[in-house]
Amino acid sequence: MKELEKFRGETTSGLEETSREIRKKIYQIAHFAGGGHMGAAFSMADIISVIYFGGVMRYDALSPQWKERDKFILSKGHACYALYAALARAGYFPEEELRHVGKAGSKFGGHPKIYDIPGVEASTGALGHGLSFAIGIAYANKADRRDSHVYVVLGDGECQEGSIWEGALSAPTLKLDNMTVIVDYNKLQAMDELENIVHMKPLAEKWKTFGWNVVEIDGHNHKQIREALLVRQKDLPTLVVANTIKGKGVSFMENVPIWHYRMPNKEEEQVLLEELGFTEEEKAELFQA
Amino acid sequence: MRTAYLDTLYELASKDKRVYALISDNGAIVYDKYRRDLADQYLNLGISESNMLGMAAGMASCGKIPFTYTIGAFLAYRAYEFIRNDICLQKQNVKIVGTGAGEVYSALGPTHHSTEDLGGLRSIPNLTILCPASPVEVRKATVAAYENEGPIYLRLGTNRECEIYGEDYCFKIGKAVTIKRGKDVTLIGTGSILKDILDAAALLREDGIQAGVMNIHTMKPIDRDAIIQALDETGRIVAIEDHNIIGGLGSAVAEVIAESGRGAAFKRIGLQGFSGGYGSYREVKEMNGIGVARIVDEVREWFQ
Repeated sequence: MKELEKFRGETTSGLEETSREIRKKIYQIAHFAGGGHMGAAFSMADIISVIYFGGVMRYDALSPQWKERDKFILSKGHACYALYAALARAGYFPEEELRHVGKAGSKFGGHPKIYDIPGVEASTGALGHGLSFAIGIAYANKADRRDSHVYVVLGDGECQEGSIWEGALSAPTLKLDNMTVIVDYNKLQAMDELENIVHMKPLAEKWKTFGWNVVEIDGHNHKQIREALLVRQKDLPTLVVANTIKGKGVSFMENVPIWHYRMPNKEEEQVLLEELGFTEEEKAELFQA
Repeated sequence: MRTAYLDTLYELASKDKRVYALISDNGAIVYDKYRRDLADQYLNLGISESNMLGMAAGMASCGKIPFTYTIGAFLAYRAYEFIRNDICLQKQNVKIVGTGAGEVYSALGPTHHSTEDLGGLRSIPNLTILCPASPVEVRKATVAAYENEGPIYLRLGTNRECEIYGEDYCFKIGKAVTIKRGKDVTLIGTGSILKDILDAAALLREDGIQAGVMNIHTMKPIDRDAIIQALDETGRIVAIEDHNIIGGLGSAVAEVIAESGRGAAFKRIGLQGFSGGYGSYREVKEMNGIGVARIVDEVREWFQ
């Protein structure tokens, strides 16, 4: 069997830089694609950085079907630019391929697809599906006595779907301590603040009451994210409420619902490029073609 | 049918550890021997059809072969998007087994009737749809579902169907069965109602009308060649189903006939709306215009 540590990626020390690069890549993808759910992707950029590069997930980008791998399911599939950025950085495919997302001939679209994209474990997009799918994986892993962990990222708005709560009842019943679910709790959804649309508070208590081992963290603090993702409690699945800021990293996007799906204009773009730390060279690359 | 299915699945699961029986709190004591002998491969997930199907897709992605079971209406309507996105879009090897096809649960009323399931499911890519008509056919269809990798919807009736086949009956996915050859008309059916169609054909023979009977046990992919051959042989086709006339067998047969470029005398017998009334299965079928008498009347009209 392969050395597990080998696949745990970089260490926490480089994570600030990693997250910066992931955010830049998210914007690059959106820029070339001409659109996308950037706010949601920026919101979970730190979480996905830690999952893939913070010594959490065991994976082998050169053999994506490695049987002992941990799996990551992006249930909020609309944030897939964050996933694409992480997978490219991990080496699943050349970064160059992300210049054509959503274009004719590309295998990358606005929601991730299994089989087409190496490293994608489930086709998601319609909300409320990833949790049950991941429960099936975790259950099969248990049955096979395979020491693999499943990580799932849910949107907070996604938690308005009834099927999420079917899964929320199911995982603790099945004692799936081999899965960790992260709720990207940025408190915004497409049209407004969550609480103005559906009362979701107290979110952590809801999951606790459903029988999960709940950990609440700052979803932009790499150390807290890493510690939470490595928590294991016998017979209980773990639920991480990650308090995040939608659009994190770009001042005018932060906490503003309209940036759920919108592209910046020329002036806004200049601000964005500065704030995300694009070098002159990287900027030139963006505007080349 | 239900017993035939459960016994067959029990045998399959006993031999193959990858096979799982997932249920959504439906089946009661009939699952006793699973609980006793196959505890590791049996899972009652409670009343949560969407979660069951999503979970089954995840299990299948790890090489398991889940047979998910509950009343067909709850699977096809409640969990449609899970069938579409999690199972069919991802070509996961999940078997979706719906019981109580059509109005089989006659006295329970329309919420429990699967009378639009075929219409909804037929258009989902990658999904094979099997509607066996008798216990022997259920056994063969269950084995075929196990042997054929990919998403399969298995539409079952209840426990009261008569046998119309011998044990040596050969079942092949996508291959319609001509049960009776006819010269004047071919009655095409699918599922439990086939017994009524055979009864109707017998009555028509008393009138001197040579009615053939064809069993389309595979709704999808449908056997175009068999339908066209029946058309050429008899010139008249009646499609009969315990399902809404829109989207099910009648529609599927009509598509084949229309695209064949042949003219035909063609009728559909099926539900015109939601099923109404209560009573025995036979009574409810009669009330809703899909009983034996209706089939006979529709054919006689052509010969008066």
